Amino acid sequence: MLDPHMPILPILLPLIAAPLSLLLGRSQLSWMLAVVASALSFFCALSLFAVCLDQGAIRYSVGGWPPPWGIEMRLDTASAFILLAVTAISTLVLVFAKESIAKEIDADKHSLFFTAHLLCLTGLSGLLITGDAFNLFVFLEISSLATYTLVSLGKDRRCLTAAFRYLVMGTIGATFILIGVGMLYMKTGTLNMLDLAERVQAIDSSRTINTGLAFIMVGVGVKLALFPLHMWLPPAYTHAPSAVTAFLAATATKVAVYVMIRFIYTIFGAEHVFHEMGMDLILLVLAVVAIFKCSFMATIQSNVKTVLAYSSVAQIGYIILGISMVSVTGLMASLLHIFNHALMKGALFMAVGAVFYRMGSVEVKAFQGLGKHMPLTMAAFTIAGLSIIGVPLTVGFVSKWYLVTGALEQGNWLLSILVLLGSLLAVIYIGRILEAAYFNDLPKSVEASSVKEAPVLMLIPMWVLVVSNIYFGIDTDLTIGAATHAAEWLTQHTDAMGARP
Amino acid sequence: MSFVADYYNYWVVVFLMMTGFYVVISANNLVKKIVGLNIFQTSVFMLYISMGKVTNGSAPIVAEGIEQYSNPLPHVLILTAIVVGVATTAVGLSLIVRIKRAYGTVEENEFQDKDDVI
Repeated sequence: MLDPHMPILPILLPLIAAPLSLLLGRSQLSWMLAVVASALSFFCALSLFAVCLDQGAIRYSVGGWPPPWGIEMRLDTASAFILLAVTAISTLVLVFAKESIAKEIDADKHSLFFTAHLLCLTGLSGLLITGDAFNLFVFLEISSLATYTLVSLGKDRRCLTAAFRYLVMGTIGATFILIGVGMLYMKTGTLNMLDLAERVQAIDSSRTINTGLAFIMVGVGVKLALFPLHMWLPPAYTHAPSAVTAFLAATATKVAVYVMIRFIYTIFGAEHVFHEMGMDLILLVLAVVAIFKCSFMATIQSNVKTVLAYSSVAQIGYIILGISMVSVTGLMASLLHIFNHALMKGALFMAVGAVFYRMGSVEVKAFQGLGKHMPLTMAAFTIAGLSIIGVPLTVGFVSKWYLVTGALEQGNWLLSILVLLGSLLAVIYIGRILEAAYFNDLPKSVEASSVKEAPVLMLIPMWVLVVSNIYFGIDTDLTIGAATHAAEWLTQHTDAMGARP
Repeated sequence: MSFVADYYNYWVVVFLMMTGFYVVISANNLVKKIVGLNIFQTSVFMLYISMGKVTNGSAPIVAEGIEQYSNPLPHVLILTAIVVGVATTAVGLSLIVRIKRAYGTVEENEFQDKDDVI
């Protein structure tokens, strides 16, 4: 039996824990509180996910005010699926963070880190759960403000300029979304997503609504680092502390993708966005350029975190590519890749964090000879890297398989070849790092006895992710079942709307 | 003519929005960037507030003899958005303080020379 207040708990738990963790002040206590709050959110998400698979959608009125007056929380399979990934990654990253931030963040800022992390989790859960367009903007800003703080916590001074650049771009993006929502409100007089959907559909074609759509798409595009609006991402991910990067790369931009899917499918209707406005072609071109340009950029970087950051932008390209196919298979591949990408990028950035912990650097040069000296970390990096490339028996293969299937369904041979070519570039940028790790010896300047395996507390969450990379690559029932259910739910919803007279 | 006069509130909004946006893009000084960002956000606040106005509507306070009220909802929304804007400004300014401490300058071209890009 589901508690009636369960849908709001993934937002409330981290929100309440955030100031408490600041008050506790001691690193150890804050850490335990943050892990517990995040883990509880994860279990809430798990039970919500089970209910969504069973019933389709859950609705909850905040404060007991029914929807047109109060803010409605609304979960369907798509949001519950991504919520599951976000809370899981958050919990694992927090476990990982204890050792990692000891080297990367000043001791007096540790409880601040946990506070900001929990606030960011609050915002991300809120984005996924809310059923109100304005409330979505507020949660977006909660998560973004926490993110700017998290990025600026690093010891390297360049993190400050990266955070500032991210703040400027992010605020412009969020304000664009605010303008778009305002235009929708102007025309429809409602902010509830379902009401909006109904009324937008009733108003056949209006310049105000189309302008609103344009503003929202650009705004969300900044937030999800859609090429060419991704310029804030590589510096922010490079200079943020490793634990922060692992969390953000796996969740923040992916939740923004979810926001885009929500706006396209639930509010505006796929028919309108893709067929009348031609968004599918725009997204398709941007996605393909993102895959090639950013995969190429990843191959020429010397900093491993920058390599992975560019790879993240390329992977977002794959996700957007799925959306632009305008089919259930494409959308399903996108949702699947959101989940799978969280697993692989989380593991990769954790491995990089572990290398930083021992070597104090994340240049490709610092990886030399680590295959022998940090075997478990590098094995984790290798498996997650193979997953990014899309080697069979890993999750990366599963989502790319469905992307290619989606392209072939439409008879688009060129697109499926492009997806495969993009994977070849991934072979190069992951291969360079693996070559340094396995085929080179430790540099002479480094004492061999000083390089040991990473602490157990870092290895456990890393390997949980690596094992799930393989597990969900072999036993795909859960992920594919959920993604298919979510995609069908989203598209049927629009079809039902489109069928209205 | 009426295209300008009837929609003057939107013209004000568009003018402020573009001014703010231009300042954000062109300013070299980080504080000026934040100022531009604020102007940009304020224009959106005005967009919301002015669209709540109903012709001949009074302030949304229940009183005798008044039949028509303006829509109070956009005002309430903007209260939230103003809070968000203040928070963003605070975070931005505190970042600038730390940048000043780390680099000794808040001019973008000056500290860009001091580090490698990325």
